[in-house]
Amino acid sequence: MSLLPVVLAANAVDTFVQTFFRGAALGSLYALLALSFVLVFKASQTVNFAEGAMALAGTWFLSMVFVDWDIPGRWLGGPTWIHWCLAVVLAAGMTAVIGLVVERVAIRPLIGQPHFSMAMVTLGIEVVITIVAVDAVHLTPRVLAVPWGADTFKIGGAFVAWSYLAAMVMAGAAFLGTWRFFKTRAGVAMRATAFDQEAALAQGINVGRVFAIAWGLGAALAALSGIFASMAPWGPAGVVSRDGAFFVFRALPAVVLGGLDSVVGALVGGLIIGFAEVFAGQYLADHASLLGYGYQQVVPYVVMLIGLLIRPYGIFGTKEVRRV
Amino acid sequence: MRGRPNLYTSYEAETQLFPTTTKKVLLGVGLLVLVLMPFDLWVVDQIPVVRFLGDSIWLRLVNKMLIFIIGALGLHLLSGLAGQLSLGHSFFGGVGACTAVLVGGKASTNLWGWGMPMWVWLPAAGVVAALIGVAIAPTAVRVRGLYLGIVTLGLVFIGLHLSRVFPEIAGPGDLGRKWPRLELRFWKEEDPFLDFSRDGHWFWFDVSKHQKTYFFLLLLVILMAWWAVNLGRTRTGRALAAIRDRDIAAEIMGVPEFRYKTTAFALSSFYAGISGALFASFVGQVPPEQWSLRASVTFLAALLIGGMGRVSGVFMGSFFVVMSHRFVEEIVDWAKHQAEGEGLFSSVFDFFISRGSGDGGLISVAQTALGYPLPASALDEIIYGALIVIFLLFEPLGMYGIWIKVRNYWKGWPFSY
Repeated sequence: MSLLPVVLAANAVDTFVQTFFRGAALGSLYALLALSFVLVFKASQTVNFAEGAMALAGTWFLSMVFVDWDIPGRWLGGPTWIHWCLAVVLAAGMTAVIGLVVERVAIRPLIGQPHFSMAMVTLGIEVVITIVAVDAVHLTPRVLAVPWGADTFKIGGAFVAWSYLAAMVMAGAAFLGTWRFFKTRAGVAMRATAFDQEAALAQGINVGRVFAIAWGLGAALAALSGIFASMAPWGPAGVVSRDGAFFVFRALPAVVLGGLDSVVGALVGGLIIGFAEVFAGQYLADHASLLGYGYQQVVPYVVMLIGLLIRPYGIFGTKEVRRV
Repeated sequence: MRGRPNLYTSYEAETQLFPTTTKKVLLGVGLLVLVLMPFDLWVVDQIPVVRFLGDSIWLRLVNKMLIFIIGALGLHLLSGLAGQLSLGHSFFGGVGACTAVLVGGKASTNLWGWGMPMWVWLPAAGVVAALIGVAIAPTAVRVRGLYLGIVTLGLVFIGLHLSRVFPEIAGPGDLGRKWPRLELRFWKEEDPFLDFSRDGHWFWFDVSKHQKTYFFLLLLVILMAWWAVNLGRTRTGRALAAIRDRDIAAEIMGVPEFRYKTTAFALSSFYAGISGALFASFVGQVPPEQWSLRASVTFLAALLIGGMGRVSGVFMGSFFVVMSHRFVEEIVDWAKHQAEGEGLFSSVFDFFISRGSGDGGLISVAQTALGYPLPASALDEIIYGALIVIFLLFEPLGMYGIWIKVRNYWKGWPFSY
């Protein structure tokens, strides 16, 4: 993923503000993805490695819906950005259907098998979806038509892209939504399932439905983060590309650092990783010849390794009680 | 015990590698076939698949498979035997390859290399990879399950970055550099006394370079597989299996978890390092992107498709993973000829095969560009991904499990229910 077009700020304070916003925005994206990992992990105790493929599918759906079919626009009047937002919701919904299908076909038969098998199944699905997306559908030169494009605004002397604000708002909304969700009946059922599957079953909770909700929501969140990660200042600048799938692998450190089963951990881990990556990229740039070009991309992994040495289950992760 | 092959009267008898005469004979015949395979003999031409595997195009692929098997054996020790999920296996392959090129490669203005012969760089590749495995173990042993999978995934990306930091070792840019060739020399600049990368004579036979490499790799694979099988029968192997089955129970029974997990990492990295070094020098020039997450997943897929925890599964899975794309290509090619011909099923094949634009087939043979009629290569990738899923869903023991079912069916025949 290529980084920002470097806009030099006038002085140190502006540089700091600019870097801060960049870090917060990247952190929000990581947090968004981490949230979807956490949802899936809470329900089915597995890591969904196919998340990258789902993010890719989400961006592709958005491009199809909004650009090719002009879906809400052909029936509705009004400003384009509302159409775009509706199309995003629609694309996320379509990706959620993929998540539901994957869950029903490949994950639910594996309940009770080692978690390892489930993780491997998601890796297999990742291969299938990515190849279908890259080879079977004409994917590469597709635009997302993001309404705000690469526009920026100024705070003092610092340039801030609108995409940054959008990402932060999106992540904030997702977290509020998840927080609210865990207070509802379905959310409590999910928490119970995460705590103990068999006990939840014995209480009359429909564990299969909990699985379905988690995978559907997870896929939708993956699609959202995929769409936001393909926006102008990041990555492929508003074009669907395979890089979207790789972005997900860089969000994994955020999940692991925060703890695989903690929603708060997803937010904190995402922000830590985002800030670490961006600040390292900004303030260690003088040592780039020593650290190597693109060193900021491995910062997440290094932070993760250090974090795991101190807390093997992440900062907010529940320590597994091991019984013989 | 004649006629009662399932009756064991001692532990030694049960852990024998080849307990029955049938197995010994089959092993002998199998080895003989493997040795004769690359030659153009009448006997070889009568055996179904072996018949064409000896051709030089296929033999190159067989060599790749043998190299792959060594790496898969390493992952078998770590994941199959000790039960530790690792997505970083290709990282250790890359470490091995880079060590090989540092020790054995030729130096130039912006490349490092000490020009050592193969009997130095090949073991060095394994040992350095094993040492790095030991160095990583303290982190890797602390985390378990999927956390371990993600930590090892991090290794892959850190490794890719390191290859960019040291272009003097890994080669500039995305191209890579020339790896030392597979040849045995006494010391640096001498003429090789055994050269596996050029055609030549052995005794009174003309042998091509692929045949030479084949025999060298076959010997190596047999040795390393033998070692891996035997390891499973030793104290270390039993300790690793105990850790896999329930780590905390193993610890309570007095198996030092840290030490044996570290051993598992070291051994698996050793195999991976050897495999990576061999692969790089076999291919000749390898970009650092070779050692990506994708390669790790391929190793895991081989284990899963073959059957987790079985050395024979490693062989079957590797055969499948490495060969499948060639088989798919051949089948697509065959289907294309069928579709063009006037045979009975030509319309059926025509339905699947797309020869130009707009005839609505699923698989494209005409174009190589990306897009809807899938090229055969993409089809192969999809099959491979789908098979991981299908095997895990329906046959968690993999091909080995299928073999067990078939065997038990015939064992109990005609009462096989």
